[in-house]
Amino acid sequence: MQSLTNRSKVVSNKKMTWTERMYIPAILAGLRVTIYHFFKKKVTIQYPEQTREHSQYFRGRHVLKRDEEGRENCTACGLCAVACPAEAITIVAEERKKGEENLYREEKYAAEYNINMLRCIFCGLCEEACPKDAIYLTTTISTSDYHRDQFIYTKDMLVEGIQDVDRIDISSRRTGVREGAM
Amino acid sequence: MELIIFKICLVLVLFLLSITIAAYSTFSERKVAAFMQDRIGPNRAGPFGLLQPLADGIKMIMKEEIMPADSNKLLFILGPAISMITALMTSAVIPWGPDITIGGEKVQLQVADINVGILYIMGVLSLGVYGIMIGGWASNNKFALLGAVRASTQMISYELAMGMSIVAIIMTTGSLSLGNMVEGQNGWHGMGWNIFLQPLGFLIFLICAFAETNRTPFDLPESETELVGGYHTEYSSMKLGFYLFAEYINMFLSSAVITCLYFGGYNFPFMDMVQANTHEVLFALICVGVFLAKIIFFIFFFMWVRWTIPRFRFDQLMNLGWKVLLPLSIVNMLITGAVILYNQ
Repeated sequence: MQSLTNRSKVVSNKKMTWTERMYIPAILAGLRVTIYHFFKKKVTIQYPEQTREHSQYFRGRHVLKRDEEGRENCTACGLCAVACPAEAITIVAEERKKGEENLYREEKYAAEYNINMLRCIFCGLCEEACPKDAIYLTTTISTSDYHRDQFIYTKDMLVEGIQDVDRIDISSRRTGVREGAM
Repeated sequence: MELIIFKICLVLVLFLLSITIAAYSTFSERKVAAFMQDRIGPNRAGPFGLLQPLADGIKMIMKEEIMPADSNKLLFILGPAISMITALMTSAVIPWGPDITIGGEKVQLQVADINVGILYIMGVLSLGVYGIMIGGWASNNKFALLGAVRASTQMISYELAMGMSIVAIIMTTGSLSLGNMVEGQNGWHGMGWNIFLQPLGFLIFLICAFAETNRTPFDLPESETELVGGYHTEYSSMKLGFYLFAEYINMFLSSAVITCLYFGGYNFPFMDMVQANTHEVLFALICVGVFLAKIIFFIFFFMWVRWTIPRFRFDQLMNLGWKVLLPLSIVNMLITGAVILYNQ
């Protein structure tokens, strides 16, 4: 069969010559290879201190955005939950009461917004489906845990903070998606 | 009296040295493995990970001690104990440096200069397999038993070739005492090493040393891929630690014996000029340092080979031992004898 690359070698069962049967030259060649690697530059990335650079389109942990006045963008329309191929998102909607205008941008909001991170496949379809600019995938790597119930991320874990310092920057994500879509 | 105190001190120092070197061998084994695989290896415990052996030791001691219900309790405990004792016993006859004078008396840097030192080493080495045998047998486990049987078969097969290559060395040096053997190699300004006289013998001895210490490519007794853990499958906690420790101490002492027999022990190039110009004690310390450096190189070599060569199959191991090494070592002995006879 024609090989796809030119790297394949034809294997033969030919009888080994006397020097080959001594194995010593082969062993020395092997020792040379390992000692060469001994002095080579190491490829290890020491994870907590150093991190590998992510691609521009990296999809990590979710965030629920607020608008400029600190009101939650999400209106609990449920499009993200419908779009989700892994069925990881569950939403309980509620009507906004009087006096809550500073908390929620529109008349309806998500009382509960759970993402099961064990189901989530980080495809980013929820983000694409969202008409209200509410959900985004950040570049943060979602953490590991010891218990299964810790992987259901509730709303208080997902919504970004009101203060400027607590806001999560997703501007690269916005441009990234647009370029990626085109 | 002074002599006895000095010897006791020497024994203590040797004991601590063996333990320390074995502990740091476990660490450097992991480091060497990592470096040869383009990794960094353990580096979190202390600076450069140097406290790793300590952490490993504490872990070993704190682990739960499990004894198989159907095992023979006495033999189960005896196994690792014998391994450890025989491993530590070997260091008694190794000459660590030249003689020094303490209080007007000439003292050897050697615990016991018995006149059959090399035979003593061979004897203790073959005792070492009892620890493995008994441990594997007492575990009442098929993997452990298979490992133990492999260990003893291997030991018997390779001890013959090893003995024959040693006979050739004894013929050239004319002595059974390790002290005399090392002293005899100080010709040519400290470069009269036996390796130049016995290259073939050295190769055979080296291969046999790998087999005797159960190191790759001869690590069949504990081959993880086939026998789970081999003879120490059922062992846990510090008993397992003793087995692993014994292996590393054996490696250290095999390196020492190889150095003594073939690489001139504490002899180094131009040592006679250094001796003439330095104080006696300082010179002895330099010699000990040189000896240790050679040993450390051989320990590194053991590890280097481990991460290069894959394991033998059992029939290949037997073929190599009986059909290649044994005839070769006999031929080597005959050639040595003929050359000695011709030169007389």
